[in-house]
Amino acid sequence: MTIHTGRGFACINYPIGMNLGGDPSQALVHSTPDGKFMVTLSAIDLGQGMKSVCRQIAAEALGVPIEDVYVDTADSDTGPHDMGSFASRGTHRMGNAVIRASSEARAQMMEAAAEELEVSAADLDTDGRGNIQVKGAPSKMITVADTAIAAQFKQGRTLSGRGIFLIEPSGVDWDTGEMSPVTTYAHAALVIDLTVDDETGEVEVKHINSAYEVGRALNPKLVEQQLIGGAWMGVSHALYETTEPYYPARDHLPQDFNTYLMPGPGETVPHDIAVLERPAADAPYGGKGPGEMCANPVLPAIANAVYNAVGVRVDKLPITPEKILRGLQANGGAKPGPRQPGTPQ
Amino acid sequence: MPKTPVTFTLNGAETGIFVDPGLNLLEALRREAGDLSPKFGCGQGTCGACTILINGEPHLSCLTLAVAAQDADISTTGGLAPGADLHPLQQAFADGFAAQCGFCTSGMLMAAKALLDRNPRPTRDEVVEAISGNLCRCTGYDPIVDAILDAAARVQGRVTA
Repeated sequence: MTIHTGRGFACINYPIGMNLGGDPSQALVHSTPDGKFMVTLSAIDLGQGMKSVCRQIAAEALGVPIEDVYVDTADSDTGPHDMGSFASRGTHRMGNAVIRASSEARAQMMEAAAEELEVSAADLDTDGRGNIQVKGAPSKMITVADTAIAAQFKQGRTLSGRGIFLIEPSGVDWDTGEMSPVTTYAHAALVIDLTVDDETGEVEVKHINSAYEVGRALNPKLVEQQLIGGAWMGVSHALYETTEPYYPARDHLPQDFNTYLMPGPGETVPHDIAVLERPAADAPYGGKGPGEMCANPVLPAIANAVYNAVGVRVDKLPITPEKILRGLQANGGAKPGPRQPGTPQ
Repeated sequence: MPKTPVTFTLNGAETGIFVDPGLNLLEALRREAGDLSPKFGCGQGTCGACTILINGEPHLSCLTLAVAAQDADISTTGGLAPGADLHPLQQAFADGFAAQCGFCTSGMLMAAKALLDRNPRPTRDEVVEAISGNLCRCTGYDPIVDAILDAAARVQGRVTA
């Protein structure tokens, strides 16, 4: 019995959103009479932080403190239309819609403030702390709250905005098959170090090193959180769980948590993450978001590392001990691949 | 079939409800006592989302008959922070980004509270063992383990963050 070490690499270009049909998102923004702002969406925060990021984006575009922005999501009866939270599109599509809606609301807010201060709206700016000031003469100012009150009760004006983000729907070039399904990509590269026991077929992932390029990380802690959790899910997809163990037969289809495996809190893998920021031109403040990409490169990297460790190429997920042992048997034993510099022995 | 009266203490408050004899405690707490903090995940004791404390011990409320809670002292996440300040575990979870979708969080908090109540200075392995009956599909567990260790340190006055 030997424990073989292996290292595997994978990289990914991941599409943000999907162009087909234009992939629209809408946002509505309105002020309350006390100068807070409500962002209404019907996109859903699945826990990835879309709500937090849209709140940040709205505060930035409105020029008001983040504490004064509320995000209401996930009711398609009361919110404007959205394609949904999928295709790694949340930050990009919803963020762009929120910027547009917030910009329209901001313009009305500045008009209302201008009327109160008896100056031109073009001469006004927000300080990000809840005030609207005359440029170059910050003592001449009005609070956002007073502006909202004046708009509501004196001027008869709404401080609100509508935003939609729609990209030009992509068609297929029938001669070449060429199409442009997305407008921007996120990128990642990932290295897995693991061991394979050639007697039991057991794989133990020892370390993950990853680099993710997500545009601007609008909320770095949320990005890190998503990457940590996503990599865990990738390990689970690669080695533990499957929805269809005997595909195409539907037997033993997991019905619940107790009918498939996943790594527990004692089986987590140390993960070193580097986040590279290259703000994307068409993304909200440059942020593309990690999205589904946080799980995906883990799978091929583990498959490559298993191949490097014992020479068994498993092409069906999950990579179970049984598949590795069958591969070892077919190959007549472990055939470790070349050791790469720096691979733990 | 007549309903059975059950009285217990829920987060310090005397509580009395009428339940069908076969009703599980999770449904009783949610539907009859109005405490929605224990979550229904699997309903078969696999996921831990419904974890509550009965007389200080962690229990899966979905596998506990409501009538068995007679005279019990029950704690749920709903009672963790009675005032404006969060419980140290809740604060550590928030600061450490230890929740994403949040569905497991309630059960995680109660499993962690049971641990810290009897072992205020747990090792990492002890934390892992304490939450090994609680499933999370979002976080990858490490942020949760870190948050529980952080909460233990805060309670001890050993501030790490």
